[in-house]
Amino acid sequence: MTDARPLADRAALARIARRRRGEAAFRTASMAAVVAAVAMLGWLLVTLVGSGATAFYQHVITLDVALDPSKLDPTGARDPAELQKASFRPILQSAIYGRFPEATGRDERRELFALISVAGATDRLRRMVRDDPALVGTTVRITAPVSDVVDQLLKGRIDRKVDATLRPVSDRQIAWIDALRASGEIKARFNATFFTATDSRDPELAGIASAVVGSAMALAVALMLAAPIGIAAALYLEEFAPKNRITDIIEININNLAAVPSIVFGLLGLAVFLSFFGLPRSAPLVGGFVLALMTLPTIIIAARSALAAVPPSIAAAALSVGASPVQAVFHHKLPLAAPGILTGVIIGMARALGETAPLLMIGMVAFVTEIPSSLTEPASALPVQIFLWSDSPERAWAERASAAILVLLIVLGAMNAAAIFLRQRLEKRW
Amino acid sequence: MVNDTALKLDVGRKFSEAAAVGGAVIDLAAAKAEEKAKFVCRGVRVHYGAKEALHGVDMDVPDAGVTALIGPSGCGKSTFLRVFNRMNDTIPGARVSGSVLMDGADIYAKGVDPVLLRARVGMVFQKPNPFPKSIYENVAYGPRIHGLAASRGELDAIVEGSLKKAALWEEVKDRLKEPGTGLSGGQQQRLVIARAIAVRPEVILMDEPASALDPIATARLEELIDELRKNYCIIIVTHSMAQAARVSQKTAFFHLGDLVEFGDTRAIFTNPKDQRTQDYITGRTG
Ligand SMILES: Nc1ncnc2c1ncn2[C@@H]1O[C@H](COP(=O)(O)OP(=O)(O)OP(=O)(O)O)[C@@H](O)[C@H]1O
Ligand SMILES: [Mg+2]
Repeated sequence: MTDARPLADRAALARIARRRRGEAAFRTASMAAVVAAVAMLGWLLVTLVGSGATAFYQHVITLDVALDPSKLDPTGARDPAELQKASFRPILQSAIYGRFPEATGRDERRELFALISVAGATDRLRRMVRDDPALVGTTVRITAPVSDVVDQLLKGRIDRKVDATLRPVSDRQIAWIDALRASGEIKARFNATFFTATDSRDPELAGIASAVVGSAMALAVALMLAAPIGIAAALYLEEFAPKNRITDIIEININNLAAVPSIVFGLLGLAVFLSFFGLPRSAPLVGGFVLALMTLPTIIIAARSALAAVPPSIAAAALSVGASPVQAVFHHKLPLAAPGILTGVIIGMARALGETAPLLMIGMVAFVTEIPSSLTEPASALPVQIFLWSDSPERAWAERASAAILVLLIVLGAMNAAAIFLRQRLEKRW
Repeated sequence: MVNDTALKLDVGRKFSEAAAVGGAVIDLAAAKAEEKAKFVCRGVRVHYGAKEALHGVDMDVPDAGVTALIGPSGCGKSTFLRVFNRMNDTIPGARVSGSVLMDGADIYAKGVDPVLLRARVGMVFQKPNPFPKSIYENVAYGPRIHGLAASRGELDAIVEGSLKKAALWEEVKDRLKEPGTGLSGGQQQRLVIARAIAVRPEVILMDEPASALDPIATARLEELIDELRKNYCIIIVTHSMAQAARVSQKTAFFHLGDLVEFGDTRAIFTNPKDQRTQDYITGRTG
C-alpha cells in the first residue's frame, strides 16, 4: 500500500519489447504483401500499356494515284459494276513506282510496293470510284495505312541496327520510309480503324468492332437470363425453402458449381444448346446462354449473402405488424439487399465478359468480318479476339492484342467502379 | 403446493433447493378474473427442435391492464410472449402445443392466419427496430398493407394519431420524412410502438422494451405504457423488478420453462407464495 509499485518490472518490459518486435514484423510482412500485389499489378499494366498503347495510332501514307482509264476501264463504258470488278492494284503500283522512279528492278519494286497496305489502299480507291465514277481519268490523292511492317518500324518495334537478313525490312525499304517520313508523306494518325473495323487478315486494317458487339450481345443475353433466375433462386433458397437435406444438397452443389472451370460450362453448352437443341454455332445467343449458366452460381451466392446480411429484426418487425412472409421479403429485405445483389450481378457480368474458354467451345471463335446484327449471326467476343490475335506471330498482332486487352480492362474497371458507385449510392440513402 | 412457511425461509436460499418445492401457484384473484380474460392458455408447451423450452403453461391474461412476465434469463419469457402473436411460427424448428384462446377463439386452430392475428396482437422488441425508411413510412406501413386507409388523408390521420398515442408526435411532426433510424433509442422505441398501434391492435406485446434505453427514456416509456393500458391489453417481459412493480398490475414469474407463480403484482412482490419467486425477487432487489 505504501510502496509505490513500479509501472513495469524488467520481465514485463522484456515481454512488451518482444511483443512490439513481433507486431512490427507482422506489419512489415503484411505491407510487403500489399507492395508485392501492387507491384505485380503495376508490372502487368506497364507491360500492357507499353506493348499496346501504340496500337491506338497508325502510320498512313499519302499518295497521288492516277486513275488510268486504260487500266480500270478498257472498254470505256464507265459501267459501275465493271469498275468495281476492275483491279486497282496496277494503278497503285504505278503510283508508288512513280514516287521512286530510281527503283527499277523486280525485287526493288516488290519491296517498294510492300510499303503500302495494299488491301487498305485498293479498298479506298474502289470506294472512291464507286461513289464518283467520274473520277476515272483524273489523279486522286489518297491516304492509306502503311503496311504493318512499316508501321512497326516507325513505332520503333523493329531494330534498325540488327542485320538486314534478320529483320523484315530491307535497308532499301528503310531509306524509302525515312524519305517519305521526312517529306511528311507518311505520318502518324489516331487509329480509328481499331475501333470501327472488324477482324481482318491485315493487322493494319483489323479492329475490335465485331468482337465488341458480339461481347455486348452475349453479355446482354446472359444478364437477362442470369439476373432474374439467379435472384429468384436466391430468394427462394434463402427465404422460403424448407431447411432440409434436399435444400442442403442444392446449396452445396451451387457452391461447387461456382468453382467449376468455365470450359466445362462451354462443353455443357456445346452438348445441350448446339447438339441437342440445334441452335446455331458461333451465335451470341448461345454464348449468352453459356455465360448465364456460368454466372448463375456467382449471382445466387452473392444475392443469398446480401439477403442474409439484412438484420433479422427488420423481417421480424414487418411480420409483427401483420406482413406476410412474402411481403416482409419483398417490401423490406429485398430492397435492403439490392445494393449487394447488384454488386454481385455486375461482378458476375464482369467475369463473364472476360471469359474465353466456354465461348471457344461453342464456336464463338470465328473469323468475323462483319459486325453481327442479330443474336443468331456468327460473332466473336473481345476475349476470344484477343486470344486469336495473340496467337499470330507478327508483332503488329501482338500490339493489337495488347490494345484489345487494355480496352477490355478499361471496360471491366468501369463495370467494377459502377458496382462500387451504385452500392455506395444506394446504401447512403438511409 | 407451497404454503406460507415458504415466506419464513431464508431469502438467500438457492434455486436448486427451492426447486424441490415444485409446482405452480395460481393466485385466486387471477382465477376470479377469468371471465375478463383476453387470453386463456392451457398446457402451452414450446419445443425448439427436440428441446422443450416451456413445460405446459396455464395462464389467463386479463383483458385490461399490464401483465408482466419476469424470471431469470433463459426461463422462457420471450418464448411465451411469442406464443400470443405466433411469432414462434417464424422460428425454424419451433413448435407450439396446448391451447391458446383469444377472446374465446383458438389462435392456433387450423384456418387461423397468423398474419391477421398479428394485426390484432402487436409487438415491440428488445432492440428498437424501425424500418430503414422515413418516420412516416414506418407508421404507415402496417395500415397500408392491411388497407386501413382509403385515401392519403386518412393515412395521414392514422399516422398522426398513432404517433400522438405513442407520445412521439410533438418531437417528430416537423420531420416525418426523415429516416426513423435517425431518432434516439427512446424515440425509436416509441416509433415502433406507434407502428404497432397504427394497425389498431387489441394487444401489445413488449419484450424488454426498455433494456436498450437510458433511465430518462425508460421513464418516458413507462409513462407511455401506463397511458396505453387504458386502451390496450399489454404483456411485457422485463428484467427489472422495479419496472414490473411500477408498470404492471399482474405479474407472472417463470423459472426454467415453468410458470411458477402468477397473480397481482403487489401480491407477488410483497407476499410471494413460492420460494423460487421469493429468491428471485429478493436476490435481485435486495
Ligand atoms: N430460436 C431458438 N432456438 C433454440 N432454442 C431457443 C431459441 N430461442 C430460445 N431458445 C431456448 O429456449 C429457452 C427459453 O428462451 P427465451 O428466449 O424464451 O428465454 P428468456 O426468458 O426470454 O431469456 P432472456 O431473459 O435472456 O431473454 C432457452 O433455453 C433458450 O436457449
Ligand atoms: Mg428474452
